[in-house]
Amino acid sequence: MTAIPRRMAALAREYAPALALLVALVGLWEALVRALDARPYILPAPSAIWAAFLETRELLPAHLEATATEALAGLGAAAVGGVALAVLIASVPLVRRVLYPIVVASQTVPPLVLAPLLIVWVGIGIESKLIVVALVGFFPIVVSTVDGLASADRELVALVRGMGAGKLAVLRHVLIPSAVPAFFAGLKIAAAYAVIGAVIGEWVAAKEGLGIFIIRSQASFRLDQIFVAIAVIALLSIALFVTVHLLARLASPWNYVDHAADSKGEPRP
Amino acid sequence: MDGAAVAIRGLRHAFPGPPPVPALDGVELEAARGQFVSLVGPSGCGKSTLLRALAGLLLPDAGEALIEGRSALGRPGLAAYMPQRDLLLPWRRALANATLGATIAGVGRAEARRRALDLFERFGLAGFERSWPSQLSGGMRQRLALLRTFLMPRDVLLLDEPFGALDAITRREMHQWLQEVWRRDARTVLFVTHDVEEALVLSDAVCVLTPRPARVAARLAIDYPRPRAPALVTDPAFVADKARLLAALDQHGARSGDA
Repeated sequence: MTAIPRRMAALAREYAPALALLVALVGLWEALVRALDARPYILPAPSAIWAAFLETRELLPAHLEATATEALAGLGAAAVGGVALAVLIASVPLVRRVLYPIVVASQTVPPLVLAPLLIVWVGIGIESKLIVVALVGFFPIVVSTVDGLASADRELVALVRGMGAGKLAVLRHVLIPSAVPAFFAGLKIAAAYAVIGAVIGEWVAAKEGLGIFIIRSQASFRLDQIFVAIAVIALLSIALFVTVHLLARLASPWNYVDHAADSKGEPRP
Repeated sequence: MDGAAVAIRGLRHAFPGPPPVPALDGVELEAARGQFVSLVGPSGCGKSTLLRALAGLLLPDAGEALIEGRSALGRPGLAAYMPQRDLLLPWRRALANATLGATIAGVGRAEARRRALDLFERFGLAGFERSWPSQLSGGMRQRLALLRTFLMPRDVLLLDEPFGALDAITRREMHQWLQEVWRRDARTVLFVTHDVEEALVLSDAVCVLTPRPARVAARLAIDYPRPRAPALVTDPAFVADKARLLAALDQHGARSGDA
């Protein structure tokens, strides 16, 4: 009955110290800027950044939407493509031998440096940024998922084969469910890089997005606006990360249940 | 013989070395339809290897194994096989774990669920259909694994020390309860154990295996009337049979040790 308020209270206790430190640092920043009388085009005060936020409130949603779309769609594409390739690598030895080394070697080229090329090839719309995000997220997802598929309990595989299951049924009933936690570990890494991939892509060229907003603000020495954009990017990244975490919980509820306390007695009520 | 549900002839296998480890040394064994046959032998004698070969999961070097007249070697799925560990899928709730083997064997999902729900009561698991395996106790997990095996539409059950991980008290309960469950549909059971008493309480016949490499050293017919009560173990006839089985085990253990 009181479970939810109790959890909220526990959360508050957990994060209160970090929040207090953050508030103290922002206060110190404000005090320093005022005491040193720093120029706003060198270091704006938090109060000035807040004012800039209120001023750009109308402009921001369109930029935020562009960047969020690139990050989400790119991440989605990375997840779908990554899982498909991981399943192929894990189940077809020839694919593993031919493609896996190439996938690993391709990581010597950071996907971010491909942004200028992609803009030439597919234009300055959101597609070029989406591809950058997808390329950034692809690798961690493929590698974790391949590991997850390979680490399935061999006795479980034997059990299901003993039931008369073919390769596809083994994949469906054992290998893929075994790989769920590893897949989400890879997806979390990809999510952490997704927003930054989109922003850097936008720096190269874009019509809309938080990246181009930063470039324009810099051109007019509006450092307060740059800080607004940084805060929005941070919040977007956190929101994405939390979403992936919640998805992981939803997709593997068995990892989040209370376990039987001992092996002989009845389970806890 | 086409009457036998299980027929094993000259089964030989060695695990590749160096040096190669011989596991089966010409195993000969037969189980009639509806018979409960136990295989008793010391730990590591090759009992599990024998069952794995019958389950189609291990291809022996030589010999033949027939289930219901069809060669089972390299052909999984002819019998319902239960390995030593309960091996429940952690990502399936109890009911979905129970239906796994049946659905893979081609039983429709709804039909498998219906049959499983009937069995949950009989297997003492009623009320836990929606539990995750990690929420069940050791005894319940073992019963669930057994339920899953029983639910497979197969006439031959291969059970590899299904109660090996349980304490003595829980195990005795399981014996009562397995007899009851088995007596209702009387399928053929090959039951691997290293517990002589367990074998005597449950079986129609007990085969004594030699230490590795395994061979059937002796076969003892058991014909106490069923149902068999727990008090049977103190019956003089039972105690005498137990002594004979232990003697057979000791004799062959010692002989192989000399060789």
